[in-house]
Amino acid sequence: MSVERRVLLRAAVCAVAVGAFAGMASAQETVKIGLIVPMTGGQASTGKQIDNAVKLYMQQHGDTVAGKKIEVILKDDAALPDNTKRLAQELIVNDKVSVIAGFGVTPAAFAAAPLATQAKVLQIVMAAGTSIITERSPYITRTSFTLGQSSIIIGDWAVKNGIKKVATLTSDYAPGHDALKFFKDHFVAGGGQIVEEVKVPLANPDFAPFLQRMKDSKPDAMFVFVPAGQGGNFMKQYAERGLDKSGIKVIGPGDVMDDDLLNGMGDSALGAVTAHMYSAAHPSQINKDFVAAYKKAYGQRPGFMAVGGYDGIHLLYEALKKTGGKADGDSLIAAVKGMAWESPRGPISIDPETRDIVQNIYIREVKKVDGELYNVEFATFEAVKDPGKTKK
Amino acid sequence: MSDMTTLSPVAASTARIGRWRWQETAFWLLVVASYFLFSDRYLILTEIAWLALFALSLDLILGYAGIVSLGHAAFFGVGAYGVGLLAKHGIIEEPVLALLAAGLMAMALGFVTSFLVIRGTDLSRLMVTLGIALLLRELANRFSDITGGFDGLQGFTIAPVLGLFEFDIFGRTGFVYCTVVLFVLFLAARRLVNSPFGLSLRAIHNNRLRAEAVGIPVDRRLIAVYTVSAFYAGVAGALFTQTTALASLDVFAFERSADLLLILVIGGGGYLYGGLIGAVVFKILQEIFSSITPQYWLFWIGLVFVVIVLVGRERMRRWARVAPDFLLRRLGLSRGVGGGGSRGGEP
Repeated sequence: MSVERRVLLRAAVCAVAVGAFAGMASAQETVKIGLIVPMTGGQASTGKQIDNAVKLYMQQHGDTVAGKKIEVILKDDAALPDNTKRLAQELIVNDKVSVIAGFGVTPAAFAAAPLATQAKVLQIVMAAGTSIITERSPYITRTSFTLGQSSIIIGDWAVKNGIKKVATLTSDYAPGHDALKFFKDHFVAGGGQIVEEVKVPLANPDFAPFLQRMKDSKPDAMFVFVPAGQGGNFMKQYAERGLDKSGIKVIGPGDVMDDDLLNGMGDSALGAVTAHMYSAAHPSQINKDFVAAYKKAYGQRPGFMAVGGYDGIHLLYEALKKTGGKADGDSLIAAVKGMAWESPRGPISIDPETRDIVQNIYIREVKKVDGELYNVEFATFEAVKDPGKTKK
Repeated sequence: MSDMTTLSPVAASTARIGRWRWQETAFWLLVVASYFLFSDRYLILTEIAWLALFALSLDLILGYAGIVSLGHAAFFGVGAYGVGLLAKHGIIEEPVLALLAAGLMAMALGFVTSFLVIRGTDLSRLMVTLGIALLLRELANRFSDITGGFDGLQGFTIAPVLGLFEFDIFGRTGFVYCTVVLFVLFLAARRLVNSPFGLSLRAIHNNRLRAEAVGIPVDRRLIAVYTVSAFYAGVAGALFTQTTALASLDVFAFERSADLLLILVIGGGGYLYGGLIGAVVFKILQEIFSSITPQYWLFWIGLVFVVIVLVGRERMRRWARVAPDFLLRRLGLSRGVGGGGSRGGEP
């Protein structure tokens, strides 16, 4: 009898254990995210900001959403597209990630796009800003910005504010071409004149010879696009060449005045007017909290790349809530379409037609606030869509 | 040598050096085994395969002929863009043919530039090779309507190999394809370096003046081996493009050439397997460190390389041979254990 009881007991224990295990397994089901960003090389600051922001968000909001545990696998592609492609492929095939995210530069986002289509996984572009990226795969959405969004706004602003002659300096790759094209479209249409047009190489550029040409052509302002991370170097050479004293204003999309580097640029940056989607000085409570938390965690100011990462992971959390934890590409992409929320940068949404971001673009001027340089916003253009798509 | 009286001294010597060793069989068996053992890591194995071929091409000129180069990526890049453009414009769709065509393009460039490279000393060779690679990179950047500029050449597909084997998302076809190409070209290189031609290269490497004095046409030999090496590098670049379906400016990057030198330093030059082993070690270390710490892996990998160079390859090879040597002694087979085909070091 006692034997019988013992057997029964054992069976019961086993059953409970198995049940608990099964329960645990279903509760612990994970959604894996492959975060591919440049952590080394020239674009490393982009990757670090995105990585920081994603970690911060997950600390604040927990790592479980809709009953699923979120696991982020960080990979460094050093901004080389062949690395991006291999890493994305390995993440999808071996690690079975449901989402690939990050993408510091446009070529990297391009390289991963066919894989997103082939494997039907959601691709969240958190940094790269060329207009056509989202058209490369039906599974791509974006939480950064496009160069067109800010370039048309600054083009219109320049015309209205008495700037007649502009010299342009843009990095020689897709986002630079986008920035230049959209700026020119609006600026020239409004009666402005381009007096000098230079394209600088993307890798390790030396701006000095170009800056001399700019100075000689005597424009009212120079339109500048360099990618995040190069603004500091640019402004240093701008000051060294004495352009700040010659009255040639810097205007452009906000990349050159990245919050990440702004404070180190010195007073030569004062008065630069740029159009962009994020400033660390954006006067909303959400942003104040975000900046404070970011500073506390990492000891520095978040830049627009950090916001791209923060919103990217937020978008995924919300999408998973909407799908009830279903993480296949078709459900997720359907869920992100039309999603709208209040980000540290202001109100934003995902265009249901193009899967690209719709957001406010602010015109800002570099000013000193409490002894530190900030992009202070003074005009707002609401819900700007990517002009690369609305044109068609 | 006395027991081979029927052959001429040169033929006897090349036959002796060129004998196929059991270590080589073991090496290639390991390569085959990796297909079954690491079936979820085909992508990185593919990278190792084309990198090994690329290193092999540098070994031909550096290890055998003593030509240093910091711009070997020039040929890699020509092969990569060559195959990409051929595929994009539908000129040659079949990968093997495209591979050959791209190799020949790189070879042509190698032939033309060899005249610049064979002149002068090591230092000027470093400068010239570096310059050629930088030049090509800038050209590719400048003519962005052809090459796609910084955004790279994208949006083309690579046809199935021989019309039969499609490149799959798991990278299986890519791996087998690259490995077969590597093996075939390795055999050809092995034949080449163990021929009288190869011996004459070594003579030039050891003492150029003396080689000239015994009647070796030094310049012609160097041009020939440089051209062949360019072909190999071009094929490696073509494999890169075919397996990733993209070509970007970094195929010409200085880092690529510098990494290659490093690989040869790790593996050792002048015995063909150096490049292969170096490529395996280099990629695996890179993969391990960059997945442990995506931020700081460059630090660790740098540290390891410094240690490798300080400790010395010879010493490590001795350590690595302790176990197999012991085993062989136990089996009473202590003779005939030459280190992986090391240079003429047979007992």
